[in-house]
Amino acid sequence: MTATTASPQPAAPRSDRSDEVRKALRTVDTGRRRKDRAMQVVVYVAFALAVIPLISVAWTVLSNGIERFDWYFLTHSMRGVFGGMDAGGIYHAIVGTFEITLGATIISVPIGILTAIYLVEYGRGSLARSVTFFVDVMTGIPSIVAGLFAYALFAVFFGPGISMGIMGSIALSVLMIPVVVRSTEEMLKLVPNELREASYALGVPKWLTIVKVVLRTATAGIVTGVMLAVARVIGETAPLLITVGVIDSINFNLFDGRMMTLPVYVYRQYSQGYVPCNDASAVCIPEINFDRAWAAALTLILIVMVLNILARLVSRYFSPKIR
Amino acid sequence: MTTTAQQDAPRVRTRRRRSSDRGVNRAFRITATGAGALILAVLAAVAIFLVIEAWPSISAGSETLAESISWFPEDANLLTFVGPLVFGTLLGSALAMLIAVPLAIGIALFISHYAPRRMAQALGYVIDLLAAIPSVVYGLWGAIVVTPVVQPVWEWLSSTLGWIPLFAGPAANPARVMLTVAVVLAVMILPIITAVSREVFLQTPRLHEEAALALGATRWEMIRTAVLPFARSGIISASMLGLGRALGETMAVLMILSPGAMYSFAVLQAGQQQTIAANIAAQYPEASGLGVSTLIATGLALFVITMAVNMAARAIVARRKDFSGAN
Repeated sequence: MTATTASPQPAAPRSDRSDEVRKALRTVDTGRRRKDRAMQVVVYVAFALAVIPLISVAWTVLSNGIERFDWYFLTHSMRGVFGGMDAGGIYHAIVGTFEITLGATIISVPIGILTAIYLVEYGRGSLARSVTFFVDVMTGIPSIVAGLFAYALFAVFFGPGISMGIMGSIALSVLMIPVVVRSTEEMLKLVPNELREASYALGVPKWLTIVKVVLRTATAGIVTGVMLAVARVIGETAPLLITVGVIDSINFNLFDGRMMTLPVYVYRQYSQGYVPCNDASAVCIPEINFDRAWAAALTLILIVMVLNILARLVSRYFSPKIR
Repeated sequence: MTTTAQQDAPRVRTRRRRSSDRGVNRAFRITATGAGALILAVLAAVAIFLVIEAWPSISAGSETLAESISWFPEDANLLTFVGPLVFGTLLGSALAMLIAVPLAIGIALFISHYAPRRMAQALGYVIDLLAAIPSVVYGLWGAIVVTPVVQPVWEWLSSTLGWIPLFAGPAANPARVMLTVAVVLAVMILPIITAVSREVFLQTPRLHEEAALALGATRWEMIRTAVLPFARSGIISASMLGLGRALGETMAVLMILSPGAMYSFAVLQAGQQQTIAANIAAQYPEASGLGVSTLIATGLALFVITMAVNMAARAIVARRKDFSGAN
């Protein structure tokens, strides 16, 4: 109440009264202030609570994984490794992860980018609306359902019990396409309309405008989006467990037989558990499987982090300066 | 849409349309549209192929199923087999939501309204890092690190609050129980809920906030009266997106939970519940023929549930976009 009478006269000489008003305006009664403080503490605590698991995951993976994480581990497969032998590595899993993810990228990037072009440059009417809606819905498909889909697809055509790398690629691309569409769409929308209009004014056909002007302007953003999408699917376990299976040897052929992948390797080593060591003469490490699982998890996290950081760097240093 | 019908018309407008839509231009447009349509086709194909492969199990009688599948319970049919799995899935996700949603709102508020402006972006990135960690690593971490840490806490919970059916003892040791799973799931879905809520909080009209502050509201009162009402539907849809994630999460459940097949609320006891996704991953390697078909049928149920949740979430977001006036 007093505020309304005091405020319209800022030019008036400062009196005791206006100081009082100022004070009254700045202070809040204790109950409300206490509540404000309490909520502030709650919010800070919530944030602190979220950081705990992040630090815990990072620390345990690093401290447990670093022990076996060496050149030997990265360049040897699990072929002929059994029991508690102090041997074995993830070379076959790295090969599999690399090929399957590459396959998924090759499938999803063209489809994803073309769909984004459709949505931004052509999309009108009900088809565009439903594509937008279902791309969003598709981001929520559980990864294991994507795996079952890839299996069902191949089982219908090649008979049951089939297992090969490309099935994993298809499963991952179902998960990857919507992410690529979403990020590319955002990037294409950022391209200023003036650029398109300038291009049309010069008589450049629409498709060439899209390829040479719109896509070129958005390249850095699209690359970032694709790398983040790769980082997201590279850690998928369940669909690969179903479609690609497990194997101990190296398989370079994406179109024939099972392959090992890093996330599945982590799970497999974990599920094998402790090794019973009865023979005192042989070298036997009871917890070897867990050591390998942690080291493989460390490799996986490193790959994901490197991809994430590279993606941010690309978007920071290569994106065009608009405005 | 295309020009074939209008080709003979001599009007200028149609001629211009024709000249801009032929040759490579036309091919490009059709390719792009085809890619868009392909998305819809893929989604339809997911449903169709799942139904095709699940059909043998859906159409088979319960005796056939019990005979040919070693792990299929006696005197059960497909529905009574899927039921407990659906229950377990929903229970785990609901618990995870109870833990994650309040935390996520707190974190999002911290980033949008409490943290210093310069820090906010970096903090958002830290939370995004949580999302970048592969689920299998969470599984490994949950099974080896979290389980022993929470065990005494669960012990205490069951001894003090044991009269609530949810916390009925005795608490299992090791704590391979649903509550542990829920904690790990909550950590996994925190980033998505936080990210979406943060975006919505940041969209709160500046004038609303300033008006609240000008009326003498404290920061919390400003948030309660201006930010939260504005963001309500955003929070709901963010939570449902998180729910969609939690429902479909496989590895963390598979690696932590000691499975059972009961309609049981005892989240501190082992061998009580199991989720659809984890059950598929667990049984799949040893399944064949009808077994695979049955698992795919359960997968179909999961697909339908997550689809419904996601579509509801997206519909809420879309409606909000239409009416909020602040895009």
